[in-house]
Amino acid sequence: MSEAPDDLKYSKSHEWVRMNDDGTVTVGITDHAQGLLGDLVYVEVPEPGRELEAEEACAVVESVKAASDVYAPIAGTVVQVNEDLADNPEAVNSDAYGAGWIMKLKPADDDALADLMDATEYQEFIETE
Amino acid sequence: MGKKTPLYATHQAMGARLVDFAGWDMPIHYGSQIEEHHAVRRAAGMFDVSHMTVVDLRGERTRDFLRFLLANNVDKLQEKGKALYSCMLNEQGGVLDDLIVYFMDESWFRLVVNSATRDKDLAWISEQARVFDVTVSERPELAMIAVQGPEARDKVLALIDKDARARVAELGLFYGAEAGDWFVARTGYTGEDGFEIMLPEGAAVALWNALGEASVQPCGLGCRDTLRLEAGMNLYGVDMDETVSPLESGLGWTVAWNPEDRDFIGRGALEAQRKAGPARKFVGLLLEDRGVLRNHQKVVVPGVGEGEITSGSFSPTLGRSIALARVPAATGDSCQVEIRGKLLAARVVRPPFARNGKAQI
Repeated sequence: MSEAPDDLKYSKSHEWVRMNDDGTVTVGITDHAQGLLGDLVYVEVPEPGRELEAEEACAVVESVKAASDVYAPIAGTVVQVNEDLADNPEAVNSDAYGAGWIMKLKPADDDALADLMDATEYQEFIETE
Repeated sequence: MGKKTPLYATHQAMGARLVDFAGWDMPIHYGSQIEEHHAVRRAAGMFDVSHMTVVDLRGERTRDFLRFLLANNVDKLQEKGKALYSCMLNEQGGVLDDLIVYFMDESWFRLVVNSATRDKDLAWISEQARVFDVTVSERPELAMIAVQGPEARDKVLALIDKDARARVAELGLFYGAEAGDWFVARTGYTGEDGFEIMLPEGAAVALWNALGEASVQPCGLGCRDTLRLEAGMNLYGVDMDETVSPLESGLGWTVAWNPEDRDFIGRGALEAQRKAGPARKFVGLLLEDRGVLRNHQKVVVPGVGEGEITSGSFSPTLGRSIALARVPAATGDSCQVEIRGKLLAARVVRPPFARNGKAQI
């Protein structure tokens, strides 16, 4: 059973979103997603400053076997990216909700998180998927 | 639901992630593909390769038949148990399959062919065999386990019947021997030393478990692919198929041109291509930039032309991305690869990338 912390929001494309005190949100891929992908060997992060639509492909995570897109869970502007993943992509496998974060966004709308799932809904979603 | 090897339930119980491979439910990994890869380069790993197709050819003219069927020359096989890697070609010189042929005795040769090409191969071989009066029998009741890595041979030898142990221990590279109702060969698909063991399906689980108790790492087809890629070994259907010749697939070394009067299927077409000079060559690529090379990415050689990656992945041993690619014959020592719209720099190298536990590049 993969983890899904209660204090995060989740998208149907398996990204997690954490609300930060400064109004930004941190985005990564879920433990469930990293488990399906297997050992990651390369992560391509977006350029800071890029404006993203919700559900826009904006990063790529590559396992030994295949490349997979990461989608923006909400609309927003990229304010920071996790540079450490260039040398340490396996952090996404070992610590998906911590050191494996991918980017921080400044949300375009105040109620941007309303359409996302909470942890319970996400767990139900991955069981039925 | 796909076909299942005798080890299917064992894989499930060990937590393998199972995927479809050529109609078979096969383990892709048991947790970490990269750890399994390293286990084979550093110690020992085992693979269930029971999906592969074993075909026994019997008849007095079997050697004559194989001299005609295969691009390599079975006359290189003079000692019992000796193995040979060869392509099987069509009349146009395209590769129908690659295989290993074992010399069992003068009226019995054994082929191991790819499972993805099983139906096509059996039909082709049977059709060609008719005039030679050779019987073609598939051996689906045999399981096959490959044990590979620097410690692999010792781990297997400890489990071999005492009467046969010394004989198996003395096997040279690319030789096999019968050990009771097992056939043990010093062959593989990883670039490491080791054995491939063909045995009755009923004995497979016991051998697998005994190897596991001896700390041999169970390995899925995922790391089998990265190991063979590092070793510079082609994968049929990906690196070559019926539309390309061995000369454009890095397999010219497997074509036996001598003696000149040996008529084998595809020889005429290959001779013509050799005379004209193949338009493309098969090379290794090492990505200089960050990223991962993948099958079908476009290779750009400025001023020369374009090619294509046939197999690309991340190399766990080198810690960077590598590939096999078919490129214009005039390609020099560098090129570019198009990844998601960007051109990244790559170095053209001669495989293997890694073998026997060490980087070769």
